[in-house]
Amino acid sequence: MNKPIIELQNLSIGYLDHRPHKVVHAGMNLQLQRGELTCLLGTNGAGKSTLIKTLAGFQPALAGHILLEGKQLRSYSRKTLARLQGVVLTDPVLSDNLTVYELVSFGRYAYTGFFGRLTAADHRAVEEALTCIGIPHFASRHLHQLSDGERQKVMIAKAIAQGTSIILLDEPTAFLDLPSRVEIMLLLRKLTVEQGITVLLSTHDIDLAMQISDKIWLMAKRRQTECGTPEDLALSGMINSFFDKEALAFDLHTGSFRLQVSSGDRVSHSLSGLPSFWVEKALTRKGFRIVSPTPGVPHITTSGSSFFIDQTPAANVEEILSQLRA
Amino acid sequence: MLSLTAVLFTLNIAYGSVTIPLSAVLELLTGQDIGVSSWTQIILESRLPQAATALLTGAALAVCGLLLQTLFQNPLADPSILGISAGANLGVALVVFLSGGTLGNLAGLGAGGHFALVISAFAGAFVVLNIILYMAGRLRSNLMLLIVGIMVGYLASSFITFINFYSSAENAFLFMLWGMGDFSGVTRQHLPFYLIVVSVGLVAALLQLKPLNALLMGERYASNLGIHIRRTRITLLVISGLLTAVTTAFCGPVSFIGLAVPHIARLFLKTGNHKHLLPFSLVLGGAVALLCNLLTTFPGHAGILPLNAITPLLGAPVVLYVLLSRKKMGNIH
Repeated sequence: MNKPIIELQNLSIGYLDHRPHKVVHAGMNLQLQRGELTCLLGTNGAGKSTLIKTLAGFQPALAGHILLEGKQLRSYSRKTLARLQGVVLTDPVLSDNLTVYELVSFGRYAYTGFFGRLTAADHRAVEEALTCIGIPHFASRHLHQLSDGERQKVMIAKAIAQGTSIILLDEPTAFLDLPSRVEIMLLLRKLTVEQGITVLLSTHDIDLAMQISDKIWLMAKRRQTECGTPEDLALSGMINSFFDKEALAFDLHTGSFRLQVSSGDRVSHSLSGLPSFWVEKALTRKGFRIVSPTPGVPHITTSGSSFFIDQTPAANVEEILSQLRA
Repeated sequence: MLSLTAVLFTLNIAYGSVTIPLSAVLELLTGQDIGVSSWTQIILESRLPQAATALLTGAALAVCGLLLQTLFQNPLADPSILGISAGANLGVALVVFLSGGTLGNLAGLGAGGHFALVISAFAGAFVVLNIILYMAGRLRSNLMLLIVGIMVGYLASSFITFINFYSSAENAFLFMLWGMGDFSGVTRQHLPFYLIVVSVGLVAALLQLKPLNALLMGERYASNLGIHIRRTRITLLVISGLLTAVTTAFCGPVSFIGLAVPHIARLFLKTGNHKHLLPFSLVLGGAVALLCNLLTTFPGHAGILPLNAITPLLGAPVVLYVLLSRKKMGNIH
């Protein structure tokens, strides 16, 4: 097995400026594998953000060790660390009055001298980063002209221009619409595959994380952190036990979460293919329990383009639902 | 911009209670003898030092305002608003009171006396800066920080009033005059000292381009890029403390130039990049100060208006405009 690029040994994270020290999470043992996309999932207040900040060196660990490339994180100089780890944070960028190119070029500050003058190599790195993110045509735009998703991409481009082997992202998909969220995730995936960058991101998008990440770190208050491939965590029931709430259950068959608002009313059907999937989805949403055909239980069939509930025709899913409720 | 500043500089020398023809001014400035000894006397002893002081003070205040706006991540940061000039005032008032003298005769002590003034102003400014900085660490909200700054400023002003109450009437009056701001406080003898201290501050500010730009992304991003945040904060505070202190000690608390000039510069350049913004603010600050100084000798009136009556006239509308158009611009920096 490869040596992990980051290893947490019995790590406690939290805030030193509280008295007594506020421990957010203790006893963490996790590993980040080189070149993998790892998603950090957890409930609100579990300490995802605190962990990212601690790993980035913004705040000290309360106890335990963080090993980066086998060496203690705190033994690295500011300069060296700047060339090893890039970050994308939830902090808003203060100045809107910068061009995309300027902001991405700030990523080269990890390399430039006293005045921050860019060399030809620096300019090349900035252009490559912009191309990699697919926004070379944005270079001269001002930040205030961009959408939230585009801004997030610019911040990722900054991290790429920084040329680090690790990128840590704190909720990069928060506040974005679904297409942008998927786009950002695919982009991060691409970075790991094409450039061998190790990516760790915290997110609330469990569905997306399950589909796209190599590994998942699970965090919850007062619980041991867990680490594994999405599939292993699903099969061992970990995903369910970390996120199980009464109304929400992780469906092992579909690999996604399902709202449970069961009223207990039973219904059966003899549909197949796509109609079966979507009708079942609608029935589950309305709280029906789908059972095998039983006398006395409404039975849905189809013929041509129309549905029937026990011989009563229903033109579409909406009519099925309204007739079952009636 | 540079040529505009040069024009304003020349006009500053030509206009005043005694009007000197522009041609004579230009001749004298290029080293020729203009033959009228009273004109030469006025220009060399009074107007030239005053114009130079205005140029330097404006540049210093504008740069100071820009540094503080970036450091505090607040568009309203400025030496006078955050109470830093009030702190410098208090330092000066304390020294004047404790030494038992008057502002006039302390200034008369020559470079040594001025050095004491600058040191006391610096100490006062630095104490306030540190209070603000400490609060900045504790209070995440910029609005709260601003309120703290204003309150600290009031406190300092209140102490100054106490000091004035117990000092001589003449001294209190001089102090009041000084508080109105005046570019004529630097005599020809003190000009080299003033020039050196302000230049040191300005050059030091120009050396901070990279950390200033990194701070535009926020402290954490800057830190991730290898910028030493604590050191940068202290460096920026010392530079702005020095510039505020030296200008306040000599010219009194000049308001609004530090606040407004960086905003005007941003409006002109449409960028937050300090590589362009800092040098531009520096020159623009000098130009604005020269313009204000010119307006104090308003034509048609023999007397001279206090400087702080003019600067808000120019500064306040700019700041209002910037704040009101904020929605359009998104963020202000």
